[in-house]
Amino acid sequence: MALEVNGKVIETDEEGYLANINDWTPEVAEAMAKADGVDLTENHWEVINFLREYYDEYQIAPAVRVLTKAIGKKLGKEKGNSKYLYELFPYGPAKQACKYAGLPKPTGCV
Amino acid sequence: MSEIKKFMYVNRKAPYGTIYALESLEVVLIGAAFDQDVSLAFLDDGVFQLTKDQDTSGIGMKNFSPTYAALGDYDVTKIYVEKESLEERGLTLDDLQHLTYEDEDDDWAEKDSIRLVTREELARIMDEQDVLLSF
Repeated sequence: MALEVNGKVIETDEEGYLANINDWTPEVAEAMAKADGVDLTENHWEVINFLREYYDEYQIAPAVRVLTKAIGKKLGKEKGNSKYLYELFPYGPAKQACKYAGLPKPTGCV
Repeated sequence: MSEIKKFMYVNRKAPYGTIYALESLEVVLIGAAFDQDVSLAFLDDGVFQLTKDQDTSGIGMKNFSPTYAALGDYDVTKIYVEKESLEERGLTLDDLQHLTYEDEDDDWAEKDSIRLVTREELARIMDEQDVLLSF
Protein backbone atom coordinates (compact mmCIF):
# COMPACT_ATOMS: atom_id res chain seq x y z
CA MET A 1 0.00 0.00 0.00
CA ALA A 2 1.04 3.58 -0.39
CA LEU A 3 -0.05 7.02 0.66
CA GLU A 4 0.36 10.20 -1.36
CA VAL A 5 1.28 13.33 0.56
CA ASN A 6 2.12 16.60 -1.24
CA GLY A 7 2.82 14.66 -4.42
CA LYS A 8 5.23 12.31 -2.65
CA VAL A 9 4.42 8.59 -2.50
CA ILE A 10 4.97 7.06 0.94
CA GLU A 11 5.11 3.29 1.48
CA THR A 12 2.92 1.69 4.11
CA ASP A 13 2.24 -1.91 5.11
CA GLU A 14 -1.06 -3.67 4.50
CA GLU A 15 -2.58 -2.16 7.63
CA GLY A 16 -1.52 1.38 6.78
CA TYR A 17 1.47 1.70 9.11
CA LEU A 18 4.49 3.49 7.65
CA ALA A 19 7.09 1.19 6.13
CA ASN A 20 9.81 3.67 7.10
CA ILE A 21 9.42 5.67 10.29
CA ASN A 22 11.62 8.43 8.87
CA ASP A 23 9.00 9.22 6.23
CA TRP A 24 6.78 10.77 8.89
CA THR A 25 5.75 14.42 8.82
CA PRO A 26 2.69 16.06 10.39
CA GLU A 27 1.17 16.11 6.90
CA VAL A 28 1.45 12.30 6.78
CA ALA A 29 -0.63 12.10 9.96
CA GLU A 30 -3.19 14.50 8.48
CA ALA A 31 -3.44 12.44 5.30
CA MET A 32 -3.89 9.16 7.21
CA ALA A 33 -6.58 10.71 9.41
CA LYS A 34 -8.38 12.18 6.42
CA ALA A 35 -8.48 8.76 4.77
CA ASP A 36 -10.20 7.46 7.94
CA GLY A 37 -12.61 10.41 7.98
CA VAL A 38 -11.04 11.89 11.14
CA ASP A 39 -10.24 15.56 11.74
CA LEU A 40 -7.15 15.85 13.92
CA THR A 41 -7.70 18.24 16.82
CA GLU A 42 -5.33 19.61 19.45
CA ASN A 43 -6.34 16.65 21.67
CA HIS A 44 -5.36 14.13 18.98
CA TRP A 45 -2.01 15.85 18.53
CA GLU A 46 -1.25 15.67 22.25
CA VAL A 47 -1.48 11.90 22.07
CA ILE A 48 0.37 11.61 18.75
CA ASN A 49 3.21 13.79 20.00
CA PHE A 50 3.34 11.87 23.25
CA LEU A 51 3.71 8.59 21.34
CA ARG A 52 6.48 9.98 19.18
CA GLU A 53 8.37 11.13 22.27
CA TYR A 54 7.85 7.75 23.94
CA TYR A 55 9.17 5.94 20.88
CA ASP A 56 12.13 8.27 20.65
CA GLU A 57 13.08 7.50 24.24
CA TYR A 58 12.30 3.77 24.49
CA GLN A 59 12.27 2.54 20.87
CA ILE A 60 8.84 0.93 21.28
CA ALA A 61 5.24 1.96 20.95
CA PRO A 62 3.65 1.52 24.40
CA ALA A 63 0.87 -0.98 25.05
CA VAL A 64 -2.50 0.69 25.58
CA ARG A 65 -2.44 0.12 29.35
CA VAL A 66 0.96 1.81 29.56
CA LEU A 67 -0.17 4.63 27.27
CA THR A 68 -3.28 5.31 29.35
CA LYS A 69 -1.33 5.50 32.59
CA ALA A 70 1.39 7.70 31.11
CA ILE A 71 -1.07 10.09 29.45
CA GLY A 72 -2.88 10.47 32.77
CA LYS A 73 0.35 11.36 34.44
CA LYS A 74 1.45 13.82 31.78
CA LEU A 75 -1.79 15.43 30.59
CA GLY A 76 -4.03 15.02 33.60
CA LYS A 77 -6.34 12.42 35.08
CA GLU A 78 -9.33 13.40 32.94
CA LYS A 79 -7.33 12.32 29.88
CA GLY A 80 -5.71 9.21 31.34
CA ASN A 81 -8.62 6.86 30.85
CA SER A 82 -9.65 4.58 28.04
CA LYS A 83 -13.01 6.35 27.48
CA TYR A 84 -11.28 9.62 26.59
CA LEU A 85 -8.69 7.88 24.40
CA TYR A 86 -11.24 5.70 22.62
CA GLU A 87 -13.36 8.77 21.84
CA LEU A 88 -10.37 10.33 20.16
CA PHE A 89 -9.22 7.13 18.46
CA PRO A 90 -12.21 4.81 18.05
CA TYR A 91 -10.16 2.12 16.28
CA GLY A 92 -8.12 1.67 19.45
CA PRO A 93 -5.89 4.36 20.92
CA ALA A 94 -2.66 2.44 20.65
CA LYS A 95 -3.29 1.12 17.15
CA GLN A 96 -4.79 4.15 15.49
CA ALA A 97 -2.74 6.83 17.24
CA CYS A 98 0.49 4.90 16.61
CA LYS A 99 -0.38 4.69 12.94
CA TYR A 100 -0.87 8.46 12.69
CA ALA A 101 2.35 8.96 14.67
CA GLY A 102 4.25 6.89 12.09
CA LEU A 103 5.21 4.20 14.61
CA PRO A 104 5.08 0.44 14.16
CA LYS A 105 2.08 -1.40 15.60
CA PRO A 106 2.56 -1.62 19.38
CA THR A 107 4.32 -4.65 20.84
CA GLY A 108 1.77 -6.61 22.81
CA CYS A 109 -1.17 -5.37 20.81
CA VAL A 110 -3.34 -8.47 21.02
CA MET B 1 -7.62 -18.07 35.34
CA SER B 2 -7.09 -15.79 38.29
CA GLU B 3 -4.22 -17.74 39.81
CA ILE B 4 -1.04 -15.68 39.67
CA LYS B 5 2.08 -17.60 38.76
CA LYS B 6 5.67 -16.65 39.18
CA PHE B 7 7.32 -16.27 35.78
CA MET B 8 11.03 -15.75 35.39
CA TYR B 9 12.69 -14.92 32.09
CA VAL B 10 16.30 -16.06 32.14
CA ASN B 11 18.66 -14.19 29.82
CA ARG B 12 22.08 -15.74 29.23
CA LYS B 13 23.22 -14.50 25.84
CA ALA B 14 24.92 -11.37 24.50
CA PRO B 15 22.46 -8.78 23.12
CA TYR B 16 23.44 -9.06 19.46
CA GLY B 17 24.65 -11.90 17.25
CA THR B 18 21.59 -13.98 18.03
CA ILE B 19 17.95 -12.96 18.27
CA TYR B 20 17.45 -14.36 21.80
CA ALA B 21 17.81 -11.09 23.74
CA LEU B 22 15.37 -9.15 21.58
CA GLU B 23 12.89 -12.04 21.48
CA SER B 24 13.00 -12.36 25.24
CA LEU B 25 12.35 -8.64 25.70
CA GLU B 26 9.39 -8.75 23.32
CA VAL B 27 7.87 -11.76 25.06
CA VAL B 28 8.27 -9.98 28.41
CA LEU B 29 6.47 -6.89 27.11
CA ILE B 30 3.66 -8.92 25.60
CA GLY B 31 3.40 -11.20 28.63
CA ALA B 32 3.22 -8.16 30.93
CA ALA B 33 -0.41 -7.73 29.83
CA PHE B 34 -1.39 -10.91 31.70
CA ASP B 35 -0.85 -9.68 35.27
CA GLN B 36 1.51 -12.42 36.39
CA ASP B 37 4.36 -12.11 38.88
CA VAL B 38 7.19 -11.45 36.45
CA SER B 39 10.92 -11.23 37.03
CA LEU B 40 13.95 -11.17 34.76
CA ALA B 41 17.35 -12.70 35.42
CA PHE B 42 20.53 -11.70 33.62
CA LEU B 43 23.52 -13.99 33.92
CA ASP B 44 26.48 -15.27 31.88
CA ASP B 45 26.85 -13.07 28.75
CA GLY B 46 23.26 -11.95 29.32
CA VAL B 47 24.58 -9.24 31.65
CA PHE B 48 25.83 -7.41 28.53
CA GLN B 49 22.20 -6.84 27.51
CA LEU B 50 21.86 -4.22 30.24
CA THR B 51 25.08 -2.31 29.55
CA LYS B 52 24.93 1.44 28.96
CA ASP B 53 25.83 3.29 25.79
CA GLN B 54 25.30 0.46 23.33
CA ASP B 55 26.08 1.46 19.76
CA THR B 56 24.89 -0.83 16.98
CA SER B 57 25.68 1.46 14.06
CA GLY B 58 28.47 -0.88 12.91
CA ILE B 59 26.36 -4.04 12.78
CA GLY B 60 23.21 -2.88 11.05
CA MET B 61 20.88 -3.87 13.91
CA LYS B 62 18.47 -1.72 15.83
CA ASN B 63 19.78 -0.72 19.25
CA PHE B 64 16.92 -1.97 21.40
CA SER B 65 18.65 -1.34 24.73
CA PRO B 66 16.60 1.85 25.46
CA THR B 67 13.55 -0.41 25.69
CA TYR B 68 14.77 -1.96 28.97
CA ALA B 69 14.08 1.43 30.57
CA ALA B 70 10.38 1.01 29.67
CA LEU B 71 10.05 -2.20 31.72
CA GLY B 72 9.04 -0.22 34.80
CA ASP B 73 6.06 1.22 32.87
CA TYR B 74 5.01 -2.37 32.20
CA ASP B 75 5.15 -3.17 35.93
CA VAL B 76 8.21 -5.35 35.50
CA THR B 77 10.08 -4.34 38.61
CA LYS B 78 12.28 -7.30 39.55
CA ILE B 79 15.44 -7.51 37.49
CA TYR B 80 18.04 -9.83 38.99
CA VAL B 81 21.65 -9.52 37.86
CA GLU B 82 24.09 -12.21 38.89
CA LYS B 83 27.10 -10.79 40.70
CA GLU B 84 29.57 -13.47 39.61
CA SER B 85 28.66 -13.06 35.93
CA LEU B 86 29.35 -9.32 36.14
CA GLU B 87 32.67 -9.85 37.93
CA GLU B 88 33.85 -12.56 35.54
CA ARG B 89 33.39 -10.06 32.71
CA GLY B 90 35.10 -7.16 34.48
CA LEU B 91 31.81 -5.28 34.84
CA THR B 92 30.18 -3.54 37.80
CA LEU B 93 26.67 -2.18 38.35
CA ASP B 94 27.97 1.19 37.13
CA ASP B 95 28.40 -0.27 33.65
CA LEU B 96 24.69 -1.10 33.51
CA GLN B 97 21.72 1.14 32.80
CA HIS B 98 20.02 2.60 35.83
CA LEU B 99 16.59 0.98 35.62
CA THR B 100 13.78 2.19 37.86
CA TYR B 101 10.07 1.83 38.47
CA GLU B 102 7.48 3.87 40.32
CA ASP B 103 6.03 2.09 43.32
CA GLU B 104 2.25 2.46 43.25
CA ASP B 105 1.99 1.36 46.88
CA ASP B 106 4.50 3.93 48.07
CA ASP B 107 3.15 7.18 46.58
CA TRP B 108 4.84 6.47 43.23
CA ALA B 109 8.32 6.72 44.69
CA GLU B 110 11.03 5.94 42.15
CA LYS B 111 12.86 2.73 43.04
CA ASP B 112 15.66 0.69 41.54
CA SER B 113 14.59 -2.34 39.51
CA ILE B 114 17.99 -4.01 39.36
CA ARG B 115 18.85 -6.32 42.25
CA LEU B 116 22.36 -7.65 42.42
CA VAL B 117 22.30 -11.26 43.63
CA THR B 118 24.90 -13.96 44.09
CA ARG B 119 24.81 -17.18 42.10
CA GLU B 120 23.59 -18.97 45.19
CA GLU B 121 20.78 -16.47 45.83
CA LEU B 122 19.70 -16.59 42.20
CA ALA B 123 19.54 -20.38 42.31
CA ARG B 124 17.23 -20.12 45.29
CA ILE B 125 15.02 -17.49 43.56
CA MET B 126 14.82 -19.70 40.47
CA ASP B 127 13.72 -22.56 42.64
CA GLU B 128 10.72 -20.51 43.85
CA GLN B 129 9.38 -19.92 40.32
CA ASP B 130 6.40 -21.66 38.74
CA VAL B 131 7.68 -21.06 35.22
CA LEU B 132 11.21 -20.45 33.92
CA LEU B 133 11.64 -19.28 30.35
CA SER B 134 15.22 -19.53 29.18
CA PHE B 135 16.61 -17.36 26.37
